[in-house]
Order: sequence, then C-alpha cells, then structure tokens
Amino acid sequence: MSSAATAPAVLDREFLDIRARVLELAAALDRLDRADGSVGGDARMAAIAQAIDIVRDSKADRAERVQLIFSRPYEKGWRQKLGVVPR
Amino acid sequence: MYYIDPHIHMVSRVTDDYETLAKMGCVAVSEPAFWAGFDRGSVDGFRDYFRQLTEFEPKRAGWYRVQHYTWLCINAKEAENVSLSREVIAMIPEFLDRPGVLGIGEIGLNKNTRNEAIIFLEHLDLAAKTNEQILIHTPHLEDKHQGTRMILDMLCDDARLERGRVLVDHVEEHTIRPVLEAGFWAGMTLYPTTKCNPHRAVDMIEMYGPERLLVNSAGDWGPSKPTAVPDFIMAMRLRGHPESLIRKVVYENPVEFFSQSRGFHFTPPELAEPEEIGGRQ
Ligand SMILES: [Zn+2]
Repeated sequence: MSSAATAPAVLDREFLDIRARVLELAAALDRLDRADGSVGGDARMAAIAQAIDIVRDSKADRAERVQLIFSRPYEKGWRQKLGVVPR
Repeated sequence: MYYIDPHIHMVSRVTDDYETLAKMGCVAVSEPAFWAGFDRGSVDGFRDYFRQLTEFEPKRAGWYRVQHYTWLCINAKEAENVSLSREVIAMIPEFLDRPGVLGIGEIGLNKNTRNEAIIFLEHLDLAAKTNEQILIHTPHLEDKHQGTRMILDMLCDDARLERGRVLVDHVEEHTIRPVLEAGFWAGMTLYPTTKCNPHRAVDMIEMYGPERLLVNSAGDWGPSKPTAVPDFIMAMRLRGHPESLIRKVVYENPVEFFSQSRGFHFTPPELAEPEEIGGRQ
C-alpha cells in the first residue's frame, strides 16, 4: 500500500509544515550557538549532526534511520551478558 | 465513525473523558495495568488496583455506554522488585476469570535490565500456562530499539506462545518491521514527544498495510491525549484514505485481536439495546 496522493499534491499539502520545521531546527541550533559555553564534545550533538545528514540524503527510510541514530545498540548476546536463561 | 481505543489508562482520567470519548465515537476501551507514578508497597496495593480495573472502571465506562476491558500484570518499572513481582504474579489468577479481563499486560521492559527480563519471562510463563493473550509495553526513546529486540528474542524462544495472540505496543519506524515480520500484532501509540504522532502513524499504515496493526492513545496521568485516535482518523481522511480502511484499523482490527480472549464479550453498537451496552457491571 502507498500514499493515496501524488508527490506534487503531498508537497502542496506539506510545504508550509516542512518549512516551519526546518526553521524551528535552524533557530534551535542558533540558540545553542548564542548560549555561553560549548557543547561541541557532547555525543548528542554528534547524533543530531548525523541525523541531519540522513534527512538530507536521498535514500529511503529516513525516519527509521534517524530513529536508529538515537537508539542504544542491540546485541545478540544480551542474554549471556545479563545472565538471563531462556525457558 | 465507531472506534475502539485498545490502550488507554482510564483510572488516571476523569469521568468527563469517558463522556468525550463516547461523543467522538469510542465504543470500547482496553486498559492494561501500568505504573501509577509511584511504586506500590505491597501485593495488596495491586489487588486493590485489579479490583478497580475489573469492578469500578467497567461501571464508570458504562455510564457513557463505553465497554471496558482490561489486562493484568506488574509493570516493567516495578518489576525491578523481583520478590514483590513474584507475589503479584502468583495473585493474578484470582482475577483472570473476571468479566472483561483480556489477558496479561502491559508487561515488557523499561530500562532493559536483568530483573525486568526475569519478570517478563515469568509473566510469559503465567500467560502460557493459563492460555491468556499478552499485551506488551516497549521502552521509550533510546531504549526502545534494544528493548523491543530483546522482547522479540524472549517471545520467539517460547514455542508455547501463539504469535497472533500477542500485541507488541508502542512500535515506531525502527521497531514495527521486526514485530510484524515475526507474526505478532503491533500497536502504534499517539503520544506527545516520546512516541508516535497521527501523521507518522498514517505513514506506517501506508508502508506496512493495515493487517495486525492497531492505533491507541495510551492516555494516562502524564501529558497525553485521550482523543488521539480520532486525530488519527482525521489524518487518514485528510490524506485521502477510504473510510473502509480507517474502520478496519480503528474498529475491526481491535475486535479481531480481542476476540481471541475468553473475556471479550463485545456487543457491536449497531446491535445493542441501550441497556445492554456497558451493562456488564
Ligand atoms: Zn500503557
């Protein structure tokens, strides 16, 4: 199943929303710059930068990939690590 | 349009919310047991909570012709207390045959710890032994992906569980695929800031189709919106989706999933006599 609308129709409907969200992001980053001190070494800033790169690339599943940037990694061997025995 | 909210914590809401839900077309709610905002001190605290869920909430819902169903467990946050959790799990069967009880839930993980996993497995064992359906809470934010994968590992390890009778809730873009691919039901929660919103939920319907997908508000004592399912209905309409598809997701799917529980005696609103709806008290 896909979208019920054409791409131009989606853009017409969403353009102002997208514009507003990009502006909000730009203003938030400006706010960080204006504040005293530095967060350059904060891992969250690196994650934000990586997420923005994903937003700008042209590959599919951007939302899924952005979610994974902000996620702790899953390890297959978690049961052994935590000492949890499957039934 | 009639709809069902398959995950909402009405004990945290005022009676006016039942009236609003009813006016918006809500004909039934399902209420999983969850964290009250503080850790309860004893098994009797849970026994009283389960009485509230099975006695008073159905009555209060019935005042507005809303049918009330519920799920019982000790939630993942309080599961850190393993000895209390075991007392609660041993007490749950007292309530499983009460009218309106759909199964065990919302069990799951919160910070993905060892104790949470141990108590999750013990709940699965109870559900398997009592043939109950299961409703699962997945963690928030940075813990969601890891926790959902751990939950799927534990579910898939247990051959006794029928996957079509298990609902994995609060899925988002990075967790929906493995849940559906493994054969479980998935719930999308429309919740400000930490979960999904109506438009992203519509996106996931467009990407994955409507099978085995539910939409809920998870309305509770936090900043949440009990009328989030009508917001989703409106978003679907504005994006050009047919009424039949919307009805499938917000009404037919929950009826299909819940019908596998022996405690689900649903009267479709079209068929019910006025005194029959919400009359289960
Ligand atoms: Zn919940």
